[in-house]
Amino acid sequence: MSGKEYRTITDVKGPLVFLNKTEPVSYGEIVQLMLSDGSIKNGQVLDTSDEQVIVQVFEGTASVDRQTGVKFLGDVFKLPVSKGLIGRILDGAGRPRDGGPDIVADEMADIIGAAINPYSRQSPESFIQTGISAIDACTSLVRGQKLPIFSASGLPHNDIALQIARQAKLVGSDDDFVVVFCAMGITAEEYNFFVHDLERTGALENSALFVNLADDPAVERLITPRLALTAAEYLAFEHDYHVLVIYTDMTNYCESLRQIGAAREEVPGRRGYPGYMYTDLAMLYERAGLVKGKKGSITQFPILTMPGDDITHPIPDLSGYITEGQIVISRELHQKGIYPPINVLPSLSRLMNAGIGDGKTREDHKSVSDQLYAAYAQGRELRGLVAIVGEDALNERDLQLLKFADIFEDQFLRQSRDEDRSISEGTLDLAWKLLSNIDTKYLVRLDQKWIDKYHPTERSSSEEE
Amino acid sequence: MSKENGVIYRISGPVVTAVGISPRMYEVVRVGDEGLMGEVIELHGDQSVIQVYEETSGIKPGEPVIRTGQTLSVQLGPGLLTQIYDGIQRPLPKLEETMGVFITRGVDADGLDLERKWDFNAVVKKGDEISSGHVIGKVQETETIEHRVMVPPNVSGKVKSIKSGSFNITETVCELDDGTEIAMMQEWPVRHPRPFVQKYAPDVPLITGQRILDFLFPLAKGGTAGIPGPFGSGKTVTQQQLAKWSDAQIVVYIGCGERGNEMTEVLDEFPHLIDPNTNKPLMNRTVMIANTSNMPVAAREASVYTGITIAEYFRDMGYNVALMADSTSRWAEAMREISSRLEEMPGEEGYPAYLSSRLAEFYERAGRVQTLAGSDGSVSVIGAVSPPGGDISEPVSQGTLRIVKVFWGLDAGLARQRHFPAINWLNSYSLYPQALDQWYRDNIAPDFPEVRTEISTLLQIESELQEIVQLVGSDALPVDQQLTLEVARMIREFFLQQNAFHDVDTFSDLDLQYHMAKAILSFQEEAKKAIAGGAQLEDVVNVPARTDLMRGRFEKGYEDRISDLVSEMNKQIDASMEAN
Ligand SMILES: Nc1ncnc2c1ncn2[C@@H]1O[C@H](COP(=O)(O)OP(=O)(O)OP(=O)(O)O)[C@@H](O)[C@H]1O
Ligand SMILES: [Mg+2]
Repeated sequence: MSGKEYRTITDVKGPLVFLNKTEPVSYGEIVQLMLSDGSIKNGQVLDTSDEQVIVQVFEGTASVDRQTGVKFLGDVFKLPVSKGLIGRILDGAGRPRDGGPDIVADEMADIIGAAINPYSRQSPESFIQTGISAIDACTSLVRGQKLPIFSASGLPHNDIALQIARQAKLVGSDDDFVVVFCAMGITAEEYNFFVHDLERTGALENSALFVNLADDPAVERLITPRLALTAAEYLAFEHDYHVLVIYTDMTNYCESLRQIGAAREEVPGRRGYPGYMYTDLAMLYERAGLVKGKKGSITQFPILTMPGDDITHPIPDLSGYITEGQIVISRELHQKGIYPPINVLPSLSRLMNAGIGDGKTREDHKSVSDQLYAAYAQGRELRGLVAIVGEDALNERDLQLLKFADIFEDQFLRQSRDEDRSISEGTLDLAWKLLSNIDTKYLVRLDQKWIDKYHPTERSSSEEE
Repeated sequence: MSKENGVIYRISGPVVTAVGISPRMYEVVRVGDEGLMGEVIELHGDQSVIQVYEETSGIKPGEPVIRTGQTLSVQLGPGLLTQIYDGIQRPLPKLEETMGVFITRGVDADGLDLERKWDFNAVVKKGDEISSGHVIGKVQETETIEHRVMVPPNVSGKVKSIKSGSFNITETVCELDDGTEIAMMQEWPVRHPRPFVQKYAPDVPLITGQRILDFLFPLAKGGTAGIPGPFGSGKTVTQQQLAKWSDAQIVVYIGCGERGNEMTEVLDEFPHLIDPNTNKPLMNRTVMIANTSNMPVAAREASVYTGITIAEYFRDMGYNVALMADSTSRWAEAMREISSRLEEMPGEEGYPAYLSSRLAEFYERAGRVQTLAGSDGSVSVIGAVSPPGGDISEPVSQGTLRIVKVFWGLDAGLARQRHFPAINWLNSYSLYPQALDQWYRDNIAPDFPEVRTEISTLLQIESELQEIVQLVGSDALPVDQQLTLEVARMIREFFLQQNAFHDVDTFSDLDLQYHMAKAILSFQEEAKKAIAGGAQLEDVVNVPARTDLMRGRFEKGYEDRISDLVSEMNKQIDASMEAN
């Protein structure tokens, strides 16, 4: 389209460039800035009128001056997509970063992504076994779910994400996952950690990476996850892949959003984040799911670090309002040396009920999970009491629960980074073994019929013969 | 209307400014080459500011803007029930047909099927005087719901002819002496409440089958309730429970800026769930509006109006309608976003200054009314609120609590303990019991209100005792207070907790609720006697029949067995005294 170059920049403010009188420019259109040193920056139209156009510059506005040339490319941001994305590493704006050739496009896909018609969705209900007991038993993940990891700085969320990426599978199916990995503002060290691990396990060939690192342009982070999700949608809904999207760190994404808001002098919402952050995040998270008539699926694992370990901070808060549960990483468990330090009590999978039970995982799963939860919650509470009144004041039941909390952490939660436990023999049987440390009369959440069938010592004798 | 040449002057997200037209406020316009639907929300000199209901990227200044002369309206008539719409009443199944699974833009769709034929049975005859709101005929819209076709607004006169038979909704079924033709479909502008004769004070409960709601914090038919709570505390589950089990005749469920999968769940589940009042699938009485979080915010803003207008329309037929909006906070955020694009002076936390008046106007559309046709109909409104960080001191929660008469406060702590529904019994309230007590006395039990008071008093006492227990442990309490704690625990675990996902426990009718409450009081009384007679508290609490009584609620036929279970419990408690 119009290859015309304008030199009408009037104002530059933070990541925004304001320019005067152009031919009509469309909302959302992609922009190129030609700097005097010959370098090129990219941007996108945020506001357009007959008099003024506001452009958000992805690479930041350093060195932009009034002489900078501005070209409007006549189209909204699109990503070239094809199956060739698998096995590739791209930068935060979708350009090859692995020294390989450009992606040969089968299609140019608009990165904003259209909303899935709610009527066209299919309910997620296929259990994904991650091999991590805490998740599989207590916050079961299903295909098509969006389940974020709420973590904080210094905690091993990356190891957990990678372990999930390595081990995730559908029980009784050999459909593999393709991993789409999206880095937003993480350090080179973290990034290398991811890449090495994916390489080590051979998963890299089955992954597409979109990478914006800490020293890459901050504003670019606003498009990186959209590129990743566009790739995921293409692979899932055009080529039937089951895609696991891991993106980290949502906190950096939200910081960039705040930066744009501030530059536009918008009225800020809570703690300076834009009032539309909920909607903006939903535009990412809601791109998970299954749709009628398509075989593929998109499952999302956004990782976010809670500023100040505060779950009520707007970033985890607004995320929790959109996602289908959360996995909460605990500093306390981490300091006790437990990996994975998942605190099952504030964690939740809202789609769990649809994915577990007879024919899916095991008939006793729900009861076992409720019982584990209740016993551990009570045991932890008793720890507080013991600190005040001492163990002597506890009755038999309380002593058993107290002890259970310890063994639950030590044997159920704790597992090694490459330990892949199967749901039935690995996780649920282990749960029964640990629960058998508590008298059955205190195990009120377990149906008698499951006790008869699965309890290691109370099993009906007919079964033991 | 004169031909005007409107063009786009500016685009900023969902807000487009046009010049060259002078539309009316809230007029619908067509924006850009693709003719996207928009609504005029501000007039400013020669500029008209428009909120656009579809994604605006790729649109340019200079593209046309065309007036339609209409204000944002919904189509009303047979075919609403079982349908699922977006925020501006476009049927989602229709959109799927034309666009595929992703919602693209520039596609129009009628809210109602204009081709489909319905069996229309006239109930007035030639020569009858009729006027706006009067029922002229009936259509069996679904298995359970009879659609009452009403005279449209501002129409009255003498019937010249009327015919029964098979018609589509735009065909004339009735003609008046002055030549006015009436079809089954009418339209109504969503931002205007539909008229009625007068409002009555609600005096009949909306029975939800949820024990804590019906028994402690009841909502009246025609009443208003707010459910604030942090994420994951149970707003959606509670709303869905109401949509499933409340004894409204029509349910309008608005998914306003929430998750796509939650709507899918309703769509999957409702056709298979049986309405306990009619024994027919629940879908028959349901209309859904789904404008999820990732769909355009302007249409989200409109969705609650679309929903409440449909609710009022069924009310006008003389039905009791219940409307759920999940979540009103997302609606408020849509207002905030649009307001900030308009560069309006912000009020608290960036919300527009008119936030609380919009909330009030919305909840005011609830009520029990005498309809224009002289019958009795109601709209009950239940709004979820999603306060940031769960802190209800924020503007949307506060604006809501000022208006609604029932407050069901969800509590993160209870949800974390898996005490569901996680409704905090200490700070929730309902202002309806007084108005409803006569109904309970007449229809359930003469002492119903007294039983309720006893139950809630016990819970109050428990919370006071708990403070002491925190300091000295429960063993330090006298035995009668220890018993009170046990009774309160029974109220919480046996009565207040209710598992929405359990086939049987999910719904308790009001009779059963009353008997369960009586069972608890009966335990208290027997236990007191036994302890006075020398029994040990622990023995009394642990009688097996009490466990049977409590577990029994998960089994079918509980209502028939509960009185036997109570007698057995009492017998065993008595025996525990003799054993000593
Ligand atoms: N009555 C109930 N019975 C059993 N489980 C419940 C009940 N209410 C809530 N839950 C549990 O709590 C989870 C979260 O509930 P829900 O989705 O209703 O929360 P919400 O308040 O709507 O959250 P959000 O604001 O994020 O939408 C459910 O998935 C379910 O596991
Ligand atoms: Mg919800």
